[in-house]
Amino acid sequence: MSEKKKYNYLKELTKGIIKENPVLCLVLGTCPALAVTTAASNAIGMGVAATLVLICSNAVISALRKVIPDKVRIPAYITVIAAFVTIVQMVVKAFAPAIDESLGIYLPLIVVNCIILGRAEMYASKNPVLPSILDGLGMGIGFTAALLLMGSIREILGNGTWFGMDLPGSIQILIFVLPPGGFFVFGMLIALASKLSGKKPPKAAGCGNCPLNGKCSAQKSLGDSKCKACEEIVSESSGKGGEGA
Amino acid sequence: MIKTLVAVFLAAILTENYVLCKFLGICPFLGVSKKVNTALGMSAAVTFVMVLATAVTYPIYMYLLVPADLAYLETIVFILVIAGLVQLVEIVLKKYIPSLYNSLGIYLPLITTNCAVLGVTMLVIEKSGADYGYVHALVNSFGAGIGFLVAMVMFAGVRQRLESCDIPKSLRGLPITLVAASLVSLSFLGFGGLVENMLG
Repeated sequence: MSEKKKYNYLKELTKGIIKENPVLCLVLGTCPALAVTTAASNAIGMGVAATLVLICSNAVISALRKVIPDKVRIPAYITVIAAFVTIVQMVVKAFAPAIDESLGIYLPLIVVNCIILGRAEMYASKNPVLPSILDGLGMGIGFTAALLLMGSIREILGNGTWFGMDLPGSIQILIFVLPPGGFFVFGMLIALASKLSGKKPPKAAGCGNCPLNGKCSAQKSLGDSKCKACEEIVSESSGKGGEGA
Repeated sequence: MIKTLVAVFLAAILTENYVLCKFLGICPFLGVSKKVNTALGMSAAVTFVMVLATAVTYPIYMYLLVPADLAYLETIVFILVIAGLVQLVEIVLKKYIPSLYNSLGIYLPLITTNCAVLGVTMLVIEKSGADYGYVHALVNSFGAGIGFLVAMVMFAGVRQRLESCDIPKSLRGLPITLVAASLVSLSFLGFGGLVENMLG
């Protein structure tokens, strides 16, 4: 490591799994978390695909962090991420067509998953390659774990099965595999996570969580530290004693 | 022809609502739906970009990528086109229609990485494909935008009501918002089969 900063590699890896879990604590990547968790196997497929993209894009972006000009940073990151998503998409199509079928449109939509752009902007653009890979791996595992948890709850309650296996004596509450059940289970899990961690539940997916926080042109054009779209969230959280991100 | 277009338009709003049934664009749905005004501005900007993006990406896919056997580049080409397009719209609006820029412009940067826009351009190709054509695709994406608007505005109303409620401590903030979203989504399930029955 040429950098002076010392890295605790284990910490880089494990922080994403519980303490900074991207889905349940940072509330990033909500779209796939809600959409593909109708079955546990879908959740695993999505989680693994996103983890692969996250590791590869973190590695490449971190390796190129001194080459990419600051002004075209975001488009460059998106291009790198999109390239890896395309590769993963082709691999999944070739080797696991069933997963490709059930993930459908959400597989290419990994491109706009905030977790990946967020890690690129917040971590990989400032840190060397090895910690970035570990960070990507940890965040990916955290993402997969949260998805698996949600997928299992929804599949067991809604379908009476787990990974397609019939569970004896289970009841089927169909609503859990339908969209409303997704919102409900997700809300309950976030409430549980904040109860267990002792922190207040996150306010909303606002500027604090946004990968473009502090750099987005809406913020800049207003000459303020916050943009108008997110202002309500910021003013609301400061009004109640500075909680939130 | 007209009947199909009306059916597609209504289905995109009610039965296949992109936010409440397909979970696309959840971030703005949860983040910017606190007030009806902001919700309106954001969804107007999203609708605008959705239609524009479809208008550009559909011909690119049909007449450039497919003939050249490059359909697998869909993802990477679409996201770059959308990113460029949003930037271009921002510059053009700022220069020529400052009043519109002031009301919509601030939402534009948030839209580049909005999965609803990329999702719509891709789903429209999957659905309209070669069978229905350009107009069908445009109507579909416009319906998706209006569906986004309906969901956002309705939900903003629900959230304003939530403000005055006494909510258990662990549920305050995002969890109760998601439970409310669940109920709104549940009500949209009631539209199932409506369009098919109405317009055959």
